[in-house]
Amino acid sequence: MSAPLLEVKDLRVEFPTRRGTLVAVDGVSFAIDPGEVLGVVGESGAGKSLTGMAIIGLLEPPGRIAAGEIRLEGERIDKLPPERMRRIRGRRIGAIFQDPLTSLNPLYTIGDQLVETILTHLDVDKAQARSRALKLLAEVGIPAPEGRVDHYPHQFSGGMRQRVVIALALAAEPRLIVADEPTTALDVSIQAQIIALLKRLARDHGVAVMLITHDMGVIAETADRVAVMYAGRLAELGPVREVIHEPRHPYTAGLMGSIPKIGILQRHARLVQIDGAMPRLNAIPPGCAFNPRCPKRFARCTTERPELLTVGNARASCWLYADERR
Amino acid sequence: MSADNGPLVRLIEVGRDFDVSRPWLNRVLEGASRQLLRAVEDVSFEVAKGETLALVGESGCGKSTVARLIVGLYALSRGRIEFDGMDLAAPGTEAPALRRRMQMIFQDPYASLNPRWRVRDIVAEPIRVLGLSATPEAERERVAELLRQVGLAPEDGEKYPHEFSGGQRQRISIARALSGNPEFLVCDEPTSALDVSVQAQILNLMTDLQERLGLTYLFISHNLAVVSHIADRVGVMYLGRMVELAEAERLFAAPRHPYTRMLMDAIPDLQMTGKARTPVAGEVPNPLAPPTGCAFHPRCPHANDRCRAERPALLGPETGAVACHAVAEKRI
Amino acid sequence: MAAVSGWLRRAWDHDLAWSFRRSPVTILAALLTLACVGGALFAPWIAPHNPFDSATLNLSDGFSPPAWTAQGSAKYLLGTDDQGRDVLSTIMYGARISLGVGLAAVLFSALLGVSLGLLSGYLGGRLDAFIMRVADIQLSFPAILIALLIDGVARVALPHALHDELAIYVLVLAIGVSGWVQYARTVRGSTLVEKNKEYVQAARVIGRHPLAIMLRHVLPNVMGPVLVIATIHIATAIITEATLSFLGVGVPPTQPSLGTLVRIGNDFLISGEWWITLFPGLALVVLVLSVNLLGDWLRDALNPKLR
Repeated sequence: MSAPLLEVKDLRVEFPTRRGTLVAVDGVSFAIDPGEVLGVVGESGAGKSLTGMAIIGLLEPPGRIAAGEIRLEGERIDKLPPERMRRIRGRRIGAIFQDPLTSLNPLYTIGDQLVETILTHLDVDKAQARSRALKLLAEVGIPAPEGRVDHYPHQFSGGMRQRVVIALALAAEPRLIVADEPTTALDVSIQAQIIALLKRLARDHGVAVMLITHDMGVIAETADRVAVMYAGRLAELGPVREVIHEPRHPYTAGLMGSIPKIGILQRHARLVQIDGAMPRLNAIPPGCAFNPRCPKRFARCTTERPELLTVGNARASCWLYADERR
Repeated sequence: MSADNGPLVRLIEVGRDFDVSRPWLNRVLEGASRQLLRAVEDVSFEVAKGETLALVGESGCGKSTVARLIVGLYALSRGRIEFDGMDLAAPGTEAPALRRRMQMIFQDPYASLNPRWRVRDIVAEPIRVLGLSATPEAERERVAELLRQVGLAPEDGEKYPHEFSGGQRQRISIARALSGNPEFLVCDEPTSALDVSVQAQILNLMTDLQERLGLTYLFISHNLAVVSHIADRVGVMYLGRMVELAEAERLFAAPRHPYTRMLMDAIPDLQMTGKARTPVAGEVPNPLAPPTGCAFHPRCPHANDRCRAERPALLGPETGAVACHAVAEKRI
Repeated sequence: MAAVSGWLRRAWDHDLAWSFRRSPVTILAALLTLACVGGALFAPWIAPHNPFDSATLNLSDGFSPPAWTAQGSAKYLLGTDDQGRDVLSTIMYGARISLGVGLAAVLFSALLGVSLGLLSGYLGGRLDAFIMRVADIQLSFPAILIALLIDGVARVALPHALHDELAIYVLVLAIGVSGWVQYARTVRGSTLVEKNKEYVQAARVIGRHPLAIMLRHVLPNVMGPVLVIATIHIATAIITEATLSFLGVGVPPTQPSLGTLVRIGNDFLISGEWWITLFPGLALVVLVLSVNLLGDWLRDALNPKLR
C-alpha cells in the first residue's frame, strides 16, 4: 500500500473581517493516492475552491490557513516561505482554472508560455523545451501543433485554450494537478472532450488529479473517489460508485435526488428538493451544519458536530452512523 | 377575438442579423466589407397554449436571440411572429396589448434585479406600468400575494436584492414576471446560474405555477437533462437554425439528427452504466463564416457530398421534424 | 425618534463611516473643510468686521500688520489692507464667493455632464458619436482656456454695466462648461455597462419608456463615481475661479473672491505688506487641499476593489 501523494489533515481556512472571523474551510481531511482522481464536489460557498487554493498556496489574503497540515509526498507544504512554494507550484503541483481566457497571458504566444514553464522547472535547454512543448500540444489534441505553437491565446477557441492550459499544467511533469471547475465555462460537447482528455492524460502520465467541481456528472465520469463538501466541512468521502448510487449523508442523497436525469423520472414530475439554502459562513448552525434542512435529524445533530464516521467503504459525517454505544 | 384552437405563439421563417462590421472609418481605410452575423436563420415553430417548448443548443446557436426576438428586445430582420393569431409587427395599437400578455425571466439572478430598488418596487413595476391595481393598498396586497406564491415572505418586499441568495433572486424575478398576469413566459436559462439543489427548487416552482396559472413556457437551456424534466416538446438549434423539433419523449428516446445524438452523448453518464461514449470531434464553427450546405457537416460522421452543398430543410410535423439529408434519405 | 437613532447607529456602523474614522488625515480634512464652509456661510454674522461697509472703514487703520506682530492690534487679527479692510473678514467674505462659484459651477457641470453621458451611453448611435467628438475636441483645450473664451465672449457681447452684474453667472457658466466632459465620459462608460444588464432588459420587456428607464433604472446605478468626481472637481473649480480672478477676468472687484484678494495683495508684496496676499493665499490652499483630501478618501472608500 503506497503512501498517499497528498495528505490534508484538519485543514482550516479563515478570513478575518472587521465583523469577526469567517471560517470558510473547517477541519477538512482527505488524502489522494498517486495516480488517482479525487473529485471534490459541492455547491457554491461550500469551500471546495478555497481548499484547492490552500493546497496550491494561492490563498488570497486576508484568507489564510489557520490550522491543519498539508503534506505533499510526506513533506509539509502549508507553512512554506513563498519562494519554496513557488518552486513546488508548477513543478510538483500543476493547476487548471475555470476560465481559459484569463489563465493564459494574452501578450505571449502559447509556445512562449509553455517554454517558460518548462525552463523554470526542468533542467533542459531551449531546444529541448520547445520540442517538449510541441509534444505536449499534440498530446492534448491541438491539431498541427507546429503551426499553432506561435499563436496567441486569442487565436484559439475556448475549448482549444483549455487544452493549452492543460498542456501548461502538465509541462513540468507534476505529480498532482488541481483542476478547479475546468469544464464549467465550456460548451457541453467540448466538456465531454476535455473530461476524456483529462482522464487519459492522468492515466498516461501517472498524475493524480484533484478535480473540483459542482457538476456531479463530471465526477461520475472522471473520478475514482469523491469528497462532498457542505458549508466548509466534509459531508461524505468514498468511492465514486458508492457515493453516487448509495449516498450515506442525507445532503448527498438530497443532492443526487435533485439532479435532473434523462429518462429516470416522468416528465413534469417533481425533483427531490432540499428546502432552504446552504448557510452563510457567518451563520452556520451549531452541531451538524446541515441539520436545519435535514429530513433525518434528531437531537444529537443540533448540538454536536459529527465526526467523519466509517460506513462500509465510505465515510460520512452524520450521526446516523454512530455506534449505538456512543 | 383569439384563435382558440390555434397556437399561442407562432414563428414563421424568423431571421435576425447583427451588423458586426468594423467602424466605418476602419472599413474605409482597410478596404474591408460589411460583416453580417446571421444569428437566427429561417426558424419556424409553434407553441401551443399551456405547453412547454424548450429550445436547446450550445453557445452561439441563436436560442437566446430567438427569445429576445419574441419579446421584442430585438427587431426582426426577416419573417413574422404571431401571438394569438395576430402579427406582432403589424402597425397599430395591437402590438403593445399583445406584448403585455408575455413576460421574460432572465439567466443571471445577480444582474436581472435593479440593485437600487426595493423588492416590492421591482415586483410592482409591471403592475404600475400596466395600471392593474386601482389603489396603493390593492397593489401592496397583490405584491404580497405574488411573493407568497413564489415562496418568499411579504416582508421580503422591504429588502434590497443584495440581501438575497441567487435562488431567492430568481424567485423575485419570477414574481415580477407574473405580476402583469401574463399568459406566456419566455425563460432564458433561468436555472443555469444556480446550484443544483436550488435549481430543483426553482424548476419545481415553475412546474407548480404552470399548473396553477395555466401558463405557457418557452424554456431556453443548454442543459438537456433539465429540459427533459420540464419540456413537452424540444427544439434543437445549431448555428442559428433549427435542426430538430420533436416531442420530448420521442427526442430523448430516439434522437434523429446527428447533432442531437451528439448532444445526448455528451451528457455525463450519472448512472455510470459504463457505456462507452465517443466524444464528438470539432467545435462550433465561426458563425461569421458558416460551412456551406449543412452547417453541421464538418463534424458529422454521416456527411456526404449533398450535405456539403445543399442546406437541408426542416421536414416534418411540429411533433417530429428533422433537418438532415441523411435522415431524409433514410441513411441513418 | 427611535427610527432616527437607529438610522444614525447604522450610518455610524456603515463601511464608509468606519473607513472615515480610521483615517486621521481624512478627519482633519473634513474638519478644515467644515471650518472653511462654516466661516464662509456665516460670514455676515461671525466676521469681526464688514469689509464692504464703507462707513465702518477707517483709512488710518490701513496697512496694519497681523495682531501678533509689534505694530498689530487685536482688533484686526490678520491685519488690514490698503483701505483699512480687515483681512480676516475679507477672507471670510471672499471664501463665500469662491465656494459659491465653485459649488454652483460643479453643480452645473455635473448636471450637464451626467445628462449628456446618460443620453450618449443609452441611446448610442450618431448622438453618442457626436457628443463624444465634441467632448474630445473640448479636451484638447485646457480648461482655463475654455473658461477664458466664454468669459471673453460674454464681455464683448454684453454691455459693460450688465456684464458686472452677470459676472458671477458668466463665471459659473464658464467654469461649468469647461468641466462637463469628465462626468459625461464616466457616466457614459457606466451606462454602457448597465444598459446590457438584464434588469434594464426586463424594464424594456415590461414596456417602459426609454427616458423612464434612463432616469429610474440606470441613473441611480451610475451615480457613484459622479460623487467622487464632483468632490475633487470642487477644488479644481475654486482654483480655476481663483486663477481667473487673479488674471483679472473673474469676479468683479466689488465682490472679491480669494483669488481677487491674492491679486490685490500681490501689488503690496514688494513694499513689505506681505499679510495682505499671504493669508488669502493660505486660506485658498487650505480649502482646496482639504476638499481634495476628502475627495481622495471618498474615492478609495467607495472603490469596492480596495475594500
